Amino acid sequence: MLRIGPVGFRIGSDWRAPIGALGDLYRDYPLPEDGIVDFNVRLFAARPWRRFVRPAVTIGGDYMLPDALPLPLAQGLLAAEMGMNLQMALAQRRYLLLHASVVERDGRGLLLSGVSGAGKSTLAALLMTRGWRLMGDEFALVDPATGLVHAFPRLISLKNQSVAVLQCAAGQARFGPLLAGTPKGDIRHLVPDATAIAAMDRPAVPALLLFPTFGPAEAVRAVGAAETFVRLTQASTNYVALGERGFATLRRLVQDVPVRAIDYADTDSGIALVERLWRELA
Amino acid sequence: MSGALVAAVLTDPARATVLTSDAWNALIAAARAEQLIGSMAVRLDGLPIPPAAARIMADARVSAEQGRVAALWEAEMARRALAPLGVPVVLLKGTAFVAAGLDAGRGRSIGDLDILVPRESLDAVEAVLLAAGWEWVKPDPYDDAYYRRWMHELPPLIHRERDRMIDVHHTILPPTARPTPDAAALIADAVPLGNGLSVLSSEDMVIHAAAHLFADGDLQGGLRNLWDIDRLVREFDDAGLVERLMARAGRHDLVPATARALRLAKRVFGTPVDGFAPVASDALFARRLLARDGWGRLRHKGTEFGFYVRSHLLRMPPAMLARHLWTKFRKT
Repeated sequence: MLRIGPVGFRIGSDWRAPIGALGDLYRDYPLPEDGIVDFNVRLFAARPWRRFVRPAVTIGGDYMLPDALPLPLAQGLLAAEMGMNLQMALAQRRYLLLHASVVERDGRGLLLSGVSGAGKSTLAALLMTRGWRLMGDEFALVDPATGLVHAFPRLISLKNQSVAVLQCAAGQARFGPLLAGTPKGDIRHLVPDATAIAAMDRPAVPALLLFPTFGPAEAVRAVGAAETFVRLTQASTNYVALGERGFATLRRLVQDVPVRAIDYADTDSGIALVERLWRELA
Repeated sequence: MSGALVAAVLTDPARATVLTSDAWNALIAAARAEQLIGSMAVRLDGLPIPPAAARIMADARVSAEQGRVAALWEAEMARRALAPLGVPVVLLKGTAFVAAGLDAGRGRSIGDLDILVPRESLDAVEAVLLAAGWEWVKPDPYDDAYYRRWMHELPPLIHRERDRMIDVHHTILPPTARPTPDAAALIADAVPLGNGLSVLSSEDMVIHAAAHLFADGDLQGGLRNLWDIDRLVREFDDAGLVERLMARAGRHDLVPATARALRLAKRVFGTPVDGFAPVASDALFARRLLARDGWGRLRHKGTEFGFYVRSHLLRMPPAMLARHLWTKFRKT
């Protein structure tokens, strides 16, 4: 059992290894409040012999996708992480969920929203090494009652080249094992720093929203309210399920927060660009 | 077993005030697995429970309320599409409970929109729905033909913009099942809601829930159906309810299923009905209905498989079942 931000999880497994890996990487995280969890994740063998023969980890829990493909046991840690994300994506109803990484400074939050491969996790992890407080690399939790964004600082999921980038930039940090050949390439998890964990119950006021794209030459583009709104509905897993609350929450966010789309060709200039826009706009 | 804990807390919510954290986690997992978390949350509203549990229950209530709004909107969409036909449209199951403002609808999770229309209007209803944006879910010709020839409903349709399913029934059991409910009487005695839609009469609502649970299907998600029956019986309860219910069940060929439903509701939820002493086989049904462990997983795989086989035997005669399974086997 563990708590990430406001969300408690209980993770059960037919095998010992994934639980051991999780217990190690999440060892500094608190327990769920009252010992009662928001979501259960269960890693199981879909057929009894798959526990032992070419063991395959199926991701289950309170909420499941019908046709999820199992992962090999060596990627059990990834399965657990995906299981937690899945519960959030399918069933979180307390907060509006946006696919975005979030970092904080002086109580104000910077949201980076983009498709997989846009560099959300990499930029957030690098900002963490530069004195920002990491609030999460996957989901921004926006409270419909207050408009504040809550932290969900799970393990940072680094993929392919960004693993080496962060090993260079955050040499002292703790990393999980290298998970080679996953459906998303090579993955290595980075444990958020002590500040991120210690301050995870403190929400932030959203102050800047960026839509990064990795690859093209550096560019900054203004994004209109309508486009921002539509992009964020697409970046949200529960906008429709929240009904009117989702609409009101998103409308407030779009009205209150400056927005830019940015292109960056390498991480160093990307970080410089993000910090410059923060100084100018936030 | 955590299924029994779900039933116990639904019946007597005060029991939730003394649970350990392990019991809470098991209760919530099993209630979610049975899609009873919203009903549970409504029952626990206002009771002194740990803050972490109270938050989860508050989320579930908000979620169920949003589900209610969406279900009523979907019913309204179907009403608008079907209005020009001038045929009676009877809401069934969860949507009917919330549309009629019944206790059974409070906190209930609602998936598809289920409606009942006269069999002779089926073709017209289908054409109008297709024109209004609903599309086939099962493009397979065998499945399609099977539904049309042997089922009590059209093949499921889904709305291409709202992504919501509609099941259009012309009666409440497959024609291949042994009991033959009086579909014309279901529609003739339906109660208008005043907006062009109607719901089944009180007795027929209970009998439909019983038929769905014990004369059709493999009891998957059956605890929720049984909870519906408990809530309906308690709300409709007056001196003559059980007599009217059993008389009406006779007309629909559904006396055994209705009696089973009342016995099981009494056994599991303490539903206040006189008589209906348990019979030996009830234990097996209760075992299937309550088979959730502390992670919400189904236990008793043998019992589950037995009821799966039973569901097919109920639905079709053996020779037809053999042909059906052979066709399905060749396709996979």
